[in-house]
Amino acid sequence: MQSSQQSTKPYDVIIIGGGATGVGVARDCSRRGLQVLLLERMDMATGATGRNHGLLHSGARYAVMDQESAEECIVENRILRHIASHCVEETEGLFISLPEDDINYQAKFVESCRKAGIDAEIIDPKEALVLEPSANPDIIGVVKVPDGAIDPFRLVLANMLDAKSNGATILTYHEVTGFIIEHTRITGVYAYDHSQKEKKVFYGHVVVNAGGIWGQHLAALAGVQINMLPAKGSLLIFGHRLNNMVLNRCRKPADADILVPSDTISLIGTTSTNIPYDQIDRMTVTPEEVDILIREGRKLVPRLAYTRILRAYAGVRPLVTADDDGSGRNVSRGIVLFDHAERDGLEGYITITGGKLMTYRLMAEWATDLVCKKLNRQDPCTTASEKLPGSRKDVAAVRKKINFIPPVQRDSAISRHGDMAEKLMQGASLDYRLICECEEVSVGEVKYALDELNVKTLLDLRRRIRVGMGTCQGELCA
Amino acid sequence: MVLQQHNISDNNFEQCIKCTICTVYCPVAAVNPAYPGPKQAGPDGERLRLKQASFYDDALKYCLNCKKCEVVCPSNVRIGDIIQAARLKYDTNPPKLRDYVLSHTDFVGTFSTFLAPVVNKTVKLPIVKTLMDQVLAIDHRRIFPTYAEETFKQWYEKQEAEQKNFPRQVSYFHGCYVNYNHPQLGKDLIKVLNTLGVGVQLLRKEKCCGVALIANGFVTRARKFAQVNVASIRESVITREIPVVTTSSTCTFTIRDEYPHLLDIYTDDIRNQIELATRYIYRLLKEDRTGLKLKNRMIKVAYHTPCHMEKLGWAYYSIELFRLIPTIELQILPPRCCGIAGTYGFKKENYRTSQNIGASLFDEIEDDTIDYIITDCETCKWQIEMSTSKQCKHPISVLAAALE
Repeated sequence: MQSSQQSTKPYDVIIIGGGATGVGVARDCSRRGLQVLLLERMDMATGATGRNHGLLHSGARYAVMDQESAEECIVENRILRHIASHCVEETEGLFISLPEDDINYQAKFVESCRKAGIDAEIIDPKEALVLEPSANPDIIGVVKVPDGAIDPFRLVLANMLDAKSNGATILTYHEVTGFIIEHTRITGVYAYDHSQKEKKVFYGHVVVNAGGIWGQHLAALAGVQINMLPAKGSLLIFGHRLNNMVLNRCRKPADADILVPSDTISLIGTTSTNIPYDQIDRMTVTPEEVDILIREGRKLVPRLAYTRILRAYAGVRPLVTADDDGSGRNVSRGIVLFDHAERDGLEGYITITGGKLMTYRLMAEWATDLVCKKLNRQDPCTTASEKLPGSRKDVAAVRKKINFIPPVQRDSAISRHGDMAEKLMQGASLDYRLICECEEVSVGEVKYALDELNVKTLLDLRRRIRVGMGTCQGELCA
Repeated sequence: MVLQQHNISDNNFEQCIKCTICTVYCPVAAVNPAYPGPKQAGPDGERLRLKQASFYDDALKYCLNCKKCEVVCPSNVRIGDIIQAARLKYDTNPPKLRDYVLSHTDFVGTFSTFLAPVVNKTVKLPIVKTLMDQVLAIDHRRIFPTYAEETFKQWYEKQEAEQKNFPRQVSYFHGCYVNYNHPQLGKDLIKVLNTLGVGVQLLRKEKCCGVALIANGFVTRARKFAQVNVASIRESVITREIPVVTTSSTCTFTIRDEYPHLLDIYTDDIRNQIELATRYIYRLLKEDRTGLKLKNRMIKVAYHTPCHMEKLGWAYYSIELFRLIPTIELQILPPRCCGIAGTYGFKKENYRTSQNIGASLFDEIEDDTIDYIITDCETCKWQIEMSTSKQCKHPISVLAAALE
């Protein structure tokens, strides 16, 4: 069953899952000098990573309920602004109280934020309406926090590029179908290459399960058990930006109370519904969910109710039940790292799960520390200080360097690729032609994506460079 | 369920279905590759500008605001308004001295009328043309309209008492061109209306309509003028119940549509009472043609539809007006932009674009059998007279000349 061109030389580490966590582990491991292979059953960022708000949490949302998560968030928030500046938009965020909300919650909220190290500043509602004119004019209280927007597709891409430049192999459309287990040790994986339609075998010293919600299945394939608790969340995308600051409700977290500006659009979310594990690949948004999102969302920004909805989508939070809890009720949003050798007596296999997009880097650091320990290596983690590709150079200098590109096209490319936009369009005049007019994507950018960004399908291209993500939704450009 | 039943966006920009027909019909996009075209400059660009103001593209200055894009849009997207509003909101370049001179038609008009004989001769001198070209970037090939020695207003003051005797009354918004450059058109209007039993008054106060100010970024001044005009028009049509007529298609279009869309000035209560004189007269003649005594000389003329006339949807009235006159054989030119667009074509950087846009229209006009061209827009007239061998007249002047 082994294909002829495959090497039997084992990788140091095989990572399963091409979400933020998996690619973060790939980046961290490769930076620490390990031979890395990442296998993703579909495309990068197609699970929960690509199906959330794209909110750069300050941690404020968790402060009252979960101090630990709030503290992790604000630390990672600062790190991401530094290492992934081209993926982050520093919008700041407002937590607004409406007449129907308990204004006393505000004091508790601010106190909890400050305890977690989050700058939370009460501002005058009038001032808030100047900062964010789209907000509900009935607001009775406003707290400003360092929330922001983060593009998860760009973040994954930048991690992938860094991992690749450090020698990692990234294979998309490679689904892990089983494990090679010798006695009590995993020594490799069986995979099916969906694009070539062939079965493959890969060998590795350590295998990292970074499958998110699908991690339960990946554990079961190796004969160990973890219990995920799938909670579906639905979101709506509006045709253009409604707001330029993140808007939250200042109350106990509930449905549809976050509106995030993201690139050319705004996102309202989310709902929350527990679903059976066998439904995790069936992500449909129901009319009732759309109803909730509009009904609650219009309280943040009244205009939302009359703004064109571009898309609806849903994702599944990779919540995991704590090991010491048989009931499945004690759900953690915190990071969960299982060493299956210690836990289940299975060597060479670890699972990194739980957590949030915000803490993907920290999760990767924990997982990589454990991988290194298993491989007896002492290399330090550098992912919190070393900037990602795209965020390394001054944007003004990049703009100058590619000033031969029409300005709107050039600035759109820079907003997507950061300093990597330098690699665009060195060639013919045809390269300047627009493929997607809504999002200003040129032929040159498509060529760059096809050459360097692991694109196998049109949808992959969409995730890499926003082609067809505009108001025509690919009906005219594609 | 509160599921969305309809959606609303500023200037309808979200209603764009990306069909690109606006760009196909855009006269600028056809000749100037530096202009991204109305779809990209308008609804597409608006999304990007909402994301970040720095996505404002300086190339939007190439839009000549002809509104052809809006005429052809199947979804009623106010593409021209989106572009003009973006220019007013995001363009940070301070207006040039040249732009000031070209757009302050009232100020320059007052000065030039006073010195008319000198100014008219001076602006024709090659040395002056070269200087204006080099120093102000007003293209040396342009021919300026001449200034009258007596303004229309000054002339009218002597007629005012007599005009009050007619049973029916209209107020006349004459505009800067009639006042400073071509009082004869105003006189012709009074002759025609008097023949039909209508007396002509002026508004209590009239300022420049502001179209050139808007196009050149002097929005505060434009708004001030607009408020004066709207107050005067309201006083006429609401307080005194006297409708307002005009002879310039662009002034009319500006007051009716650009005031509310670009200057946020409310005009709903008076909008329907401001109309072009041709439309007013057409309706009068439809009721009763007995007052009209015409000369017997046959003429063959061609009508050029100004872009703003097409946007108003009123070319019909000027055309049908001539169809009521048996001595006029009328040919209708295809509605193509002449390229001047007010101050646009005077700017050195736009000269080539301007002439290339008009080229096919000019070819059409050079038909030997046509006596002259008729159009409702003064700047189309300048452009056609400069770029072809034909003379260009206003419909009202043609009508006045045809009267016995």
